[in-house]
Amino acid sequence: MEQRDRVIIRFAGDSGDGMQLTGDRFTTETASFGNDLSTLPDFPAEIRAPAGTLPGVSAFQLHFADHDIMTPGDRPDVLVAMNPAALKANLGDLARGADVIVNTDEFTGRNLTRVGYAANPLEDGSLEAYNVHPIALTSMTVEALKGFDITKKEAERAKNMFALGLLSWLYNRPTEGTVKFLKAKFARNEAIMQANLTAFEAGWSFGETTEDFSVSYEIKPARLPTGTYRNISGNLALSYGLVAASQRTGLPLFLGSYPITPASDILHELSKHKRFGVRTFQAEDEIAAVGAALGAAYGGSLAVTSTSGPGLALKAETIGLGVSLELPLIVVDVQRAGPSTGMPTKTEQADLLQAMFGRNGEAPVPIVASRSPADCFDTALEAARIATAFRVPVILLSDGYLANGSEPWLVPTVDDLPDLRVAFATAPNGEEDGRPVFQPYLRDPETLARPWAVPGTAGLEHRIGGIEKADITGNISYDPANHDFMVRTRQAKVEAVAATIPPLEVEDPSGHARVLVLGWGSTYGPIGAACRRVRHAGSDVAQAHLRHLNPFPADLGEVLRGYDKVLVPEMNLGYGFGGQLAMLVRAKYLVDAIGYNQVRGLPFKAEELATVITNVIEDLS
Amino acid sequence: MSETFPSLSLVPKARDKQSAKNFKTDQEVRWCPGCGDYAILAAVQSFMPTLGLARENVVFVSGIGCSSRFPYYMDTFGMHSIHGRAPAIATGLAASRPDLSVWVVTGDGDALSIGGNHLIHALRRNVNLKILLFNNRIYGLTKGQYSPTSELGKITKSTPMGSLDSPFNPVSLALGAEASFVARSIDSDRKHLTSVLQAAAAHRGTALVEIYQNCNIFNDNAFEPLKDPGTRDDFTIRLEHGQPITWGADGGQGVVRDHDQALKVVDVASVDPAEVVVHDAHAEDPSHAFDLSRLADISLARTPIGVFRDVDRPVYDDLMRDQIERSQQGGRTPGATSGASEDDALGALLAGSDTWTVS
Repeated sequence: MEQRDRVIIRFAGDSGDGMQLTGDRFTTETASFGNDLSTLPDFPAEIRAPAGTLPGVSAFQLHFADHDIMTPGDRPDVLVAMNPAALKANLGDLARGADVIVNTDEFTGRNLTRVGYAANPLEDGSLEAYNVHPIALTSMTVEALKGFDITKKEAERAKNMFALGLLSWLYNRPTEGTVKFLKAKFARNEAIMQANLTAFEAGWSFGETTEDFSVSYEIKPARLPTGTYRNISGNLALSYGLVAASQRTGLPLFLGSYPITPASDILHELSKHKRFGVRTFQAEDEIAAVGAALGAAYGGSLAVTSTSGPGLALKAETIGLGVSLELPLIVVDVQRAGPSTGMPTKTEQADLLQAMFGRNGEAPVPIVASRSPADCFDTALEAARIATAFRVPVILLSDGYLANGSEPWLVPTVDDLPDLRVAFATAPNGEEDGRPVFQPYLRDPETLARPWAVPGTAGLEHRIGGIEKADITGNISYDPANHDFMVRTRQAKVEAVAATIPPLEVEDPSGHARVLVLGWGSTYGPIGAACRRVRHAGSDVAQAHLRHLNPFPADLGEVLRGYDKVLVPEMNLGYGFGGQLAMLVRAKYLVDAIGYNQVRGLPFKAEELATVITNVIEDLS
Repeated sequence: MSETFPSLSLVPKARDKQSAKNFKTDQEVRWCPGCGDYAILAAVQSFMPTLGLARENVVFVSGIGCSSRFPYYMDTFGMHSIHGRAPAIATGLAASRPDLSVWVVTGDGDALSIGGNHLIHALRRNVNLKILLFNNRIYGLTKGQYSPTSELGKITKSTPMGSLDSPFNPVSLALGAEASFVARSIDSDRKHLTSVLQAAAAHRGTALVEIYQNCNIFNDNAFEPLKDPGTRDDFTIRLEHGQPITWGADGGQGVVRDHDQALKVVDVASVDPAEVVVHDAHAEDPSHAFDLSRLADISLARTPIGVFRDVDRPVYDDLMRDQIERSQQGGRTPGATSGASEDDALGALLAGSDTWTVS
C-alpha cells in the first residue's frame, strides 16, 4: 500500500451513466473516512444528450487529501472514462502519468467515429504519456450479474457501481455507507438492489485480484480542527442557513421560488422542512416568486426568493419596491454563465453589477457573497441578519460551482449561532393633535430602519406603497426636498450596515507582501490555493476575500492602499472596466486594481492563478 | 354578521361596533370628480363594518392604475404595490397569515394585461383572496389608451385608427382559469354591489368580482345601457341562485337550452316555464357559468350581473397550513421562539446522518 497526501479523481461518462451518483458516493465514503475534500460536478444542461457524444459527457471531480485543501484540483491524477467521448473530452486536463481507467466495451468503431477518433486511442499509442488501465467494465458487470432476474440493460446500468467498487478498493475507502445507501435507494426492488450491491462488490474484488493495479493507495485522514463534520454542498448549506435563520430570528420562513438551474435545489430542500414551519411557494414565474415573498415579509415572515441571474433580472422591479417599502427580503442569486440563458449548468460570477445596480432609480441593497459551499450557511445567516435588522432587501450571491460543489463542514452548535431576534412594532410611536398615531417611516437613529409593523397589530393600520413617501408619516409626497432626503436616507441606511461588519481579514503570513490578491465569491478556494503555491515558491503575497460587496467593509480602502499592487481575479469580464469588483473598488477608492478575468464556465485553476500572481510580483521588482 | 361567514372564522373580530367612518382615512381622495371609483369606495367602506372584523386584520393590496389608489383611502393595513403584481404579493401574505382578510384592488389593465399571469394563477390556486377588478375598459392613469377590455376598433391616443386586438371577457377568463367564485356588479348600483361583496367575503378561496366602473374622463358612459332607466332592464340579467334566468320588462325574456345544449334567448311567454334555465351558482361544472358569461357581447346587451359561480374547492393556504401542521405533529407554532427541543431538532437537521468526528 502506497501513501499519498492527496488525489484528484474525475469520473466521466455519458449523462445516463450515473457519474454524478458515483462521484457523490465516492465523496461520501471519503468524507466519512475523514479526508478533507472538495468537489466539482460538471454536467450538461440537457437531461439526456444523445448517447456517446461530446456534449453528453457528464463529469464529477473530487479532490481529497490528508491536509486541508481549497479547490477541487486542477489536473486529475485519475480519470475514469466510461466511453470514448468521456476520454476525449477530459484527456487534455490530465497530468502526464495520470491513471486512466477506460471502459473498453464502449470503444467500438461506431462510438470512436462518433467523437472523431480516426483510430482507437487505446491501440494507436496516443495515450503513451498516461498509465492506461483498459477494463471491460460493462461486460464484467454483466458477467457478475448472470443469474439475476434482471434484463441485460439493467445489468449494464450497474457498471457505475462496478467502477465505484474498483475505485473504493484502489483508495481504501470505507464501503458500509454505499452498501447502506444502495439498500435504501432500491428498497422497493430487491433484484436491482442485489445487482447493484453485487456489481459494487465485484468491482472491489476485481481490484484485489487483477494485476493491473500493482498497488492500492492510502490517504490518511486530514488533521482538521476538532469537532463533528459532515460533507455539504452549497445549496444544501444555504438552505440550512435559512432554516437556522428562521429559528434564530423567531420568524417563520417563507420561500417564493420558480424552478431555475442551478438554484432549484434550494426550493427542493426547503420544501422538505415544513416541520420547521417553512412555507415554500412554487410560483407561476420569477416575478410572482419575489412578489409572494415580499407579501410574506409584509406579514412578518423571514421571506426569501431564490433564483439565478435571469430570474434576478425579472425580479428587479419588485426588489425596488422592497427598497421603497423598506421590508426585509433575502434574494438568493445562484449565478450561472450568461448573458441570457447562457450556460445554465456552468458557473460564473458576472451578476455583481446586476445585483448592485440592476434596478430603476436609486435602489441600493446590501450584497453578501458566499466563498465556499459550507460558507453558504454562514452567509445565509448574515443575509438574514442584515435584512431583518435594517429592513431592506439583501442579495445573497452564490454560484453554480458553490451550489453543486461540496466540502467537509464543521457542524455548528445551535447555541453558537447568532441571536437574530427581531422586534415588531407593537404600539403607536407618535402623536398628532394630542392623539397617538403610527408613523411608519420614523427611523431607528442607529440603523435607520423603520418599524416593522405587521398587519394584525391594532393601532398600527397604515398604508405604504412604491410612490415616494414623506419622511416619518409615510404619506405620499412629491416634495422635492423630501425625495432628495429619502433617496439619501435609503443610501445611508445601506451604508450603515458597514458599522456592523468586521474588519477585512488579510492573510499575509510573512507580513512583507507588496501584492494583495482581492477576491469575492467562489474564487476564494482557487485564489487561496494559488497564494499558497506562490508562498511555497518563496514569494510573498497577501490575500483578502470580500464577503460584503455592498457596503464594503469600512477599512477596505485602507487595506488596498497598503499594497503596491492589487490583483482582482474574477470569473467575469467587467464590461471593459477590468472586472466587476475591480470596477467598483477603482471607482470608490481610486486604487489601480488589476483585473484577471476568465469566463469559461469553470472555476479558476490554482496553477494559472499562481502564474498570474507571480507575474504581478515580478513586474514590481 | 361575520358569524354567518365560516370563511372568515380565522380572522379576529372587532371589539367595538364599526361604521363606515372607521374605514375612512385622513387622506384626500384624489380621483377625478365624477369617477366611478368614488361610488365603489363608499360601498366598500360601508360594507366592511358588516363583516365585523378587527380592522387591523384587514389588508388591501393594489397594483398600479387609478383604482389602485384605493388602499390609501381605507383605514386598514394597505399596500400600493407595482403594476400587475398585487395578486402575487397578496398570495404570499394570505398564504402566510391565515388571520388576515386580504383584498386585492385592481383594474382591467393591471389585472388583465401586465398582471394577467398572476391573476389566472391566483384563481387556479384558490388562495384566500378577494379580488375587486374595476373594469372601465380604458387606461385612465396613463391618460386614455385602449385596454384589454376595450372593444375592437376603439379609437384612443395610441390607436388613432382603432385598436386591433379583441377584448377579454373577464368573467369568461376567470372561469377558464378554474376560479371558484366569479361575480360581476356595477359601480352605480350600491345595493347590488354590496350583496356581491358579501357573497365574495363569504366564499373561502379566491373570489373575483368584476365591477363595471365609469371613467368619465377617457371612456364616459361606457356602461350607460346598464344604468339608463330606459334601457337597463332590457340590458341587465340579474343572476340569483335558484331563480329562473329572466329579464326585461316583466321578466319577459329568458334563456332555455336548445337541442345541442346551448343557451338560447327566448320570449318566456313562448315556452313552457319549466324550460327556463334556473341559475345554479354552485354547479360543479363551470360550463353553465361560462355559457352565461357569453350571453352578453361587447355592446352590453344581455349582461348578467351577480354571482356566476360559487363553489367549494380546496383552498391553497388551507392546504399549505395543513401540510405544515401535519409535519409538526405536535402543532408547534411556525416561527415560535426556539426552545430546547427546537434547538435539538435544528441541530439534528444540520448534522444529518453521515458525520465523522475529528478529535
